[in-house]
Amino acid sequence: MTGTWLGMPPFPEAARKALGDTQLRTNLRKATGTIRGKRAAVVAERADWEALRVAGKEIKDRTLHNLDTYLEQLERNVTAAGGVVHWARDAAEANRIVIDLVRAADADEVVKVKSMATQEIELNEALAEAGIAAYETDLAELIVQLGHDRPSHILVPAIHRNRAEIRDIFLREMPGVTEALTDDPAELAAAARAHLRRKFLTAKVAVSGANFAVADSGTLVVVESEGNGRMCLTLPEVLISVVGIEKLVPTWQDLEVMLQLLPRSSTGERMNPYTSTWTGVTPGDGPREFHLILLDNGRTDALADDIGRQALRCIRCSACLNVCPVYERTGGHAYGSVYPGPIGAILTPQLRGVTADEVSPTLPFASTLCGACYEVCPVLIDIPQALVHLRAKAVDAKRGKPSAERAAMRVAQWFFGSSRRLRVAQRLVATGGRVLSRRGRIGRLPGPLKGWSGARDTATPPRRTFRTWWESR
Amino acid sequence: MRVALFITCFNDTLFPATGQAVVRVLERLGHEVVFPPDQTCCGQMHFNTGYQRECVPLVRSFVDTFADADVVVAPSASCVGMVRDFHGRVAEVSGDRGLAAAVAETAPRVHEFTEFLVDIAGVTDVGAYFPHRVTYHPTCHGLRLLKLGDRPQALLRAVEGIDLVDLPDATECCGFGGTFAVKNSDVSVAMGTDKVARVLATGAEVLTAADNSCLMHVGGLLSRSKSSVRVMHLAEILAGERG
Repeated sequence: MTGTWLGMPPFPEAARKALGDTQLRTNLRKATGTIRGKRAAVVAERADWEALRVAGKEIKDRTLHNLDTYLEQLERNVTAAGGVVHWARDAAEANRIVIDLVRAADADEVVKVKSMATQEIELNEALAEAGIAAYETDLAELIVQLGHDRPSHILVPAIHRNRAEIRDIFLREMPGVTEALTDDPAELAAAARAHLRRKFLTAKVAVSGANFAVADSGTLVVVESEGNGRMCLTLPEVLISVVGIEKLVPTWQDLEVMLQLLPRSSTGERMNPYTSTWTGVTPGDGPREFHLILLDNGRTDALADDIGRQALRCIRCSACLNVCPVYERTGGHAYGSVYPGPIGAILTPQLRGVTADEVSPTLPFASTLCGACYEVCPVLIDIPQALVHLRAKAVDAKRGKPSAERAAMRVAQWFFGSSRRLRVAQRLVATGGRVLSRRGRIGRLPGPLKGWSGARDTATPPRRTFRTWWESR
Repeated sequence: MRVALFITCFNDTLFPATGQAVVRVLERLGHEVVFPPDQTCCGQMHFNTGYQRECVPLVRSFVDTFADADVVVAPSASCVGMVRDFHGRVAEVSGDRGLAAAVAETAPRVHEFTEFLVDIAGVTDVGAYFPHRVTYHPTCHGLRLLKLGDRPQALLRAVEGIDLVDLPDATECCGFGGTFAVKNSDVSVAMGTDKVARVLATGAEVLTAADNSCLMHVGGLLSRSKSSVRVMHLAEILAGERG
């Protein structure tokens, strides 16, 4: 496995492979089960949880409906506080800006705060190509990076790894680690700490994302658990933050709502251990230079879609992943994107375009529409509604090209066109079913029916439909 | 009460016994059942698979068929969810305002079977007898779209002779998901296999639900594994009589 998502197969194919990994399924079941329980407990403490969710949704919607105004307000306030704002239309532009800034600082390495946006634009790969080394400082992200691997969960990117595997990765990749290292979590954390301290103290440039950007003060916010993010945000001379344009909230009062929703939904904590905020630069304290790169990369396309745009409310808590029965069985890699699970299934095809590659058009179909995700989403994203909407977009994008599925759907539509035609179809089903049936049931079948019948028997269709029974009463 | 039965194409073709059970229960409770013969399909398969345009004539036909019915009852939570929650969207996609108005009239009058019994007919004891160990799976559309809550269990608990046992992790999806079962058959089967294990852990003779589609999936897995556990729509249990 490599660090890039290029050339990922369609979801069903990747999922089939992942299902074969029993260790992965055991890890996922245990980890998602634990987080689910913690989330449920802290959410239950809040009698006003439903009201908070509505507030979170409405704050995000108001921001998105007036995004131009708030973005310009943010730019003015960051600039007034001594920061520099850059605008990036896509991944290539954002990566080029970062590379130019790192070179201008005369650096050849950067430390990184865990960031979905920089994963999305594959910044580390772009930096490596430019001869700049990027060091992930979030423990789980570090495990992923050292393992030459890809993240498989938004919050816990190394959820697919166990202790023994992590120990082996550290032994292989981390300078100074010896065979004496065991797979005890405290020892593993201590090894990572020693490794990272050296980087914090030498790196001149840090790269971060942000969980929120407050427009009316020009303040950026990062929430985290380890404190490594804060080291990156305060020690280096130059700080570069790559932030999606949907991360805005208008005011600190709005932020207050979000900071109640996010940790409870995400780690199942009332409050996360570290919340760092910064506004431009402060002489004598923290970075001397601050650059904010505001990233579009498909977001305005999503914003233009009346149903799809709700995905931009997402605050990356990953509650939807933790309750998703599909994610629990396939893990994150099958989704072929840095955004896995239910939110990834509606975000990725919108950011990339529903026909951009092999995996994107299959993502909206990677769900049973069970609705467990919508039930927990802190900003009320109706993920099943968006999935069905994007399915229609995927189908419509292929109209005009031959498709066996569309032909079958057309035939079905014709048969459903009148009760007379439906009776014909019912006779065909009954006759066909009896031909295929052995001892009262239909077993394995070839061709298009293989997917259904490979593991499931079907009862023989009855001779008499309900309507024939009704007429004979 | 005069009740129009929307049997659903799936039950009509594959599970007529469910429809017969619905008729038996409703008539036993003194309701008059009518069956509008022009009915076909609610369009759920087309809609959920992305064929929204193909769905438009099906929605049109549905609202025409049930235009005169005061109360429509269907023995499928997912088909009722389709009608109530998504026919409006189909009408919106069609751009036909007349259709949107007709949907707004018809859709709220369509009820899932257990919803009708508990909320409209106001009964939980339908006079049924079913001396078997039964476990109930709340299907996702019943649970999360229709929010059926405890209604099905209340009806089942009132059945004479029943030994109703809780299904562990009951609210987790069985993995059917309509065309998902074919498009992502491996994941669907993995989820269904876990559901089967939980059903078997209850020691139940019968697995019941408000949707025959989910039952067909789980039942198909049970049958392939040579299990003797039967799947049965909840209406068939409620129709059970002594002797």
